[in-house]
Amino acid sequence: MDYERYLNPAIAAVPPSGIRKFFDLASSMQDTISLGVGEPDFKTPYHIRDKAINSLIDGETQYTANRGLQELREEISLYMQERYGVCYDPKTEMIVTIGASEAIDIALRATVAPGDEVLVPEPSYVSYAPGVVFAGGTPKAVVTRESDDFRLQAADLEAAINKRTKALILPYPNNPTGAIMEKADLEKIAEVIRKHRILVISDEIYSELIYDGKEHTAFASLPGMWEYTLTINGFSKAFAMTGWRVGYVCGAEELISVMNKIHQYTIMCAPRQAQVAAAEALRTGRENGYEDVLHMRDSYDRRRRLMVSGFREMGLHCFEPYGAFYVFPSIRNTGMTSDVFCSRLLQEQRVACVPGTAFGPSGEGNIRCSYATGMDKLMTALERIGAFIRKETGK
Amino acid sequence: MTRLENALLEILKEDCRIPMEKMAVMTGASLEETAAAIQELEEKRIILRYMPLINWDLTDRERVEAMIEVKVTPQRDMGFDAVAKRIYKFDEVKSVYLMSGSYDLLVLVEAPTLKELAAFVSAKLSPLEMVTGTATSFVLKRYKEEGIVFEKEGSDKRLVVSP
Repeated sequence: MDYERYLNPAIAAVPPSGIRKFFDLASSMQDTISLGVGEPDFKTPYHIRDKAINSLIDGETQYTANRGLQELREEISLYMQERYGVCYDPKTEMIVTIGASEAIDIALRATVAPGDEVLVPEPSYVSYAPGVVFAGGTPKAVVTRESDDFRLQAADLEAAINKRTKALILPYPNNPTGAIMEKADLEKIAEVIRKHRILVISDEIYSELIYDGKEHTAFASLPGMWEYTLTINGFSKAFAMTGWRVGYVCGAEELISVMNKIHQYTIMCAPRQAQVAAAEALRTGRENGYEDVLHMRDSYDRRRRLMVSGFREMGLHCFEPYGAFYVFPSIRNTGMTSDVFCSRLLQEQRVACVPGTAFGPSGEGNIRCSYATGMDKLMTALERIGAFIRKETGK
Repeated sequence: MTRLENALLEILKEDCRIPMEKMAVMTGASLEETAAAIQELEEKRIILRYMPLINWDLTDRERVEAMIEVKVTPQRDMGFDAVAKRIYKFDEVKSVYLMSGSYDLLVLVEAPTLKELAAFVSAKLSPLEMVTGTATSFVLKRYKEEGIVFEKEGSDKRLVVSP
């Protein structure tokens, strides 16, 4: 049967994720150490799990309000205000979504029309560009460079803007590079936004995972930027809650109410127990100074330092990532492409990394290594990668 | 306790075989600072010893453990400390804790055989004049110690590679 005639050609033409190949390969091998995992190695703190279990025992199995549990939205509002200095009305200016992923999807679908361009810094998370295509728009990469610590440069942004530009996706702290944008960097971006008045979809899912005394600045907290910004965040990374699928998007009522149409007609609401757990995470965090988050962050930071130092000792250039839980070392001096490097490393040393090219063509020459894995495994992985490089380069 | 000392304890409680150089890298301190902090922790007797967690049940060693609830009469001027000291001096005693609740001291005892352990209670512990009563419970199976589950736990549930 010719299924092609039934498919939407624009969607069918979207290439599969570059990660898939490595997933299939790594899954078929024994004794593999994976540095390819894009989620925390912690379990959700027990008191958070317990809250959801009790909610089930109490028979709380119904839909919630479309925009999410009132209690959770109030907690999110407090969190955004106390933590990042941004105010959002829990009634009208936010939606609780199925992870940050749904938030990105409905943000794009509510704003992008055919012919619109959306700027996506690159390398970045695999879903943005396909999400723009699904929304009927055209993604346009704005390349970030290692020499700028993979921070988005205002000049590059401005050069990419034209009359079709609708929005910019601002994904910092960044997956896969681990780059962050500090306040001064963001202020330069804000100037461009003020001038060209494009929308900013700020994906701040890694906002709590930022190291070495650096601080996260919410883009919406900059003067005049609140009106232009949709702030996206969630519970997956900060509270180790990936499988719960709960995130949120905050912004002006005029934008949120249209996004909520898509959300209510396609999703109804995020799962109740995930919302109950998320509310517990924020409430206890507020009360105990985000003890769980800080504990995990300190642990990631130790591993981050170990990885950066490990790669540098191997003779690889490795810029200092101050956010998320990835290092993005350059493998250019091995003479291999990212894809060849990762394929051979996996086959010869059984260490799975993700080639930078999975995050856009400009990721060529780098590999993404997640350090959200036990210390013993990280040390073994570094030894194996070191052995691989010595063999390949004859040093 | 400094931030560095706290970080070092976090690292060491996971694995005390990590080389000093690696600990320095992980904490962002210099090698000298790290070495000095470790020495300080040892001198202050915060770190007492670096020892493995052994699952003796998998070895061929015969071994019996018991937890003994001990009621005692506190000594004048010395309180419970003098009694505790008298008890922890025995080689068979692994741990001694002063407890709140219906008894005073919890004594963890280890001996090669049940007979020897019983002998310890009846010949050494109970006759002590300040001991007014004991209740011995034998350990049948150990599931978890120091946060480590003895049985091999399920593997990592995460996808091997994910975006």
